[in-house]
Amino acid sequence: MTYLANVTRREGDPKIIATGQSSLKPAERMVKNLGWFSIALGAAEIAFAPRVNAALGLRRSSSLPVVFGLREIMQGMLCLSVEKRVGAWSRVAGDALDIAVLMNALDRRNPKRENVKLALASLFAVTVVDVAVAASLRPERATRARQNYQNRSGFPQGLQTVRSRQGQISSDDDSELFSEERSTQPRQPFAQI
Amino acid sequence: MKALVWHGKEDIRYDTVTDPEIQDDRDAIIRVTSCAICGSDLHLFHNFIPAMLPGDIMGHESMGEVVETGRGLNGTLKKGDRIVVPFTIICGECEQCRRGNYSVCERTNRNKSIAEKVFGHTTAGLFGYTHLTGGYPGGQAEYLRVPFADATHIKVPDSLSDEQVLFLSDILPTGWQAVVQCDLEPTDTVAIWGCGPVGQMAIRSAVLLGARQIIAIDCVPERLEMAEAGGATTINFMTESVVERLNELTGGLGPEKCIDAVGTESHVTFSQPDTIYDRAKQMVGLESDRAHVLREIIYVCRPAGIISIPGVYGGLVDKIPLGLVMNKGLTIKTGQTHVNRWTDDLLERIDRGEIDPSFVITHSVGLEQGPEMYKVFRDKSDSCIKVLLKP
Repeated sequence: MTYLANVTRREGDPKIIATGQSSLKPAERMVKNLGWFSIALGAAEIAFAPRVNAALGLRRSSSLPVVFGLREIMQGMLCLSVEKRVGAWSRVAGDALDIAVLMNALDRRNPKRENVKLALASLFAVTVVDVAVAASLRPERATRARQNYQNRSGFPQGLQTVRSRQGQISSDDDSELFSEERSTQPRQPFAQI
Repeated sequence: MKALVWHGKEDIRYDTVTDPEIQDDRDAIIRVTSCAICGSDLHLFHNFIPAMLPGDIMGHESMGEVVETGRGLNGTLKKGDRIVVPFTIICGECEQCRRGNYSVCERTNRNKSIAEKVFGHTTAGLFGYTHLTGGYPGGQAEYLRVPFADATHIKVPDSLSDEQVLFLSDILPTGWQAVVQCDLEPTDTVAIWGCGPVGQMAIRSAVLLGARQIIAIDCVPERLEMAEAGGATTINFMTESVVERLNELTGGLGPEKCIDAVGTESHVTFSQPDTIYDRAKQMVGLESDRAHVLREIIYVCRPAGIISIPGVYGGLVDKIPLGLVMNKGLTIKTGQTHVNRWTDDLLERIDRGEIDPSFVITHSVGLEQGPEMYKVFRDKSDSCIKVLLKP
């Protein structure tokens, strides 16, 4: 990546020699990766819906893989967005939904029961990862107490001094504006019409 | 040297990079003594502004000491000079520069052909910003190459501290221009959405330019407190209705002058459903900006009023009630700041003690803490309003 970044640099512009500490924490990077995984999985579920149905012993015409695939893609987009915590927890919720549906497919009459068991096992493993990642994305605690900015006017001479000076200037302006001479003249913007 | 480098969405790194080199006779290189993280850096951090590339050095608010000069500066700058670097790179010679429209300089964007395709016409080159504006390396680094340095600088006296003058690079003239664009009259009420650094500067500018009443709108208590200290009446949009309060404060007429110092990333809240709609569209790439503030401004602004937009917007905005703008006869003024048009006056005001922009600094840390401070600033945690970085 660093090499690619340097290829796009112009002659004379600084190039990366060594990369350092990032603003992106490992858990956030993991959510991003999970996001791409979600999108890939969702796309696969949609593209191969009949095969997914057949593998899990569902009705061939079931639209469940398509619906769940769309959900996966949306979760992936959330994981890639700024709202990473929402994305990570949406994956956990999605896992719970997947588990509920697959538990239902564990019926003894299902000839593909073994496949469902395998799918459930992988799903449990992914859920553990999702929960761990989502839980580690807690908002950071403030490192110092709330600050008081009541004295930060930005006016070294004080707000009142500036205000009174401005008041003086604007009242001078007003007197000019409403003087007898000025009042007979239309104000500039109207004169242009 | 060390620099804060963009590697992707929310991924800023404290990298070691090669030193900048003089590329043109009009270049200068400065040793950066102070730089800052700007609100618009957060739009890049979130990848809302198109055409950033991994390896781009961040930062467009910086100042320092000249350490190397090209041969074509004709004595305008010499080694040892202390300068603030405006975020807009200007040639000072093209027609737009001669008119004072520095942010649309016709010569300094080195990706002019791309800009012409995307914007219709080129605009000025900007430091540490998208490749649509030249992709110039930014100033959150130990050294910075300043192209067209004979025009792109503000010389500052040693009697003033870095903290006092650094914000001449962007947020002070941006807040100032936002208010100047309002064509203030002494009877005007100015309403300012967003009490981040630019909003705070706009409040102080409105005071200095003589607004009768200033109303500031935000939801972060510390920011509202600072706005109040600067002379504004405040509205917390999480606890009260902006429309009702503005009507109350203006006798039902609405503010004559409205300033959008928020831009593309309006706060998302369930009490404003359009913000959720925008966020969802933005997430799937159907819209680039969340324009809730702009919609609200158009709704509450007094007919024949002026809307000034210093807040950055990136591209395509949805559901803007242009019918209201037309029927109410509103005027909209916007644009990147023509920094050098205002800085002589502003520097004088700082020197005279009329204003001290350092009031806005809440965090002053080393450059190595930059990656972490991007998040602190973004999350408004630790009472953060403005981060100063010392390389």
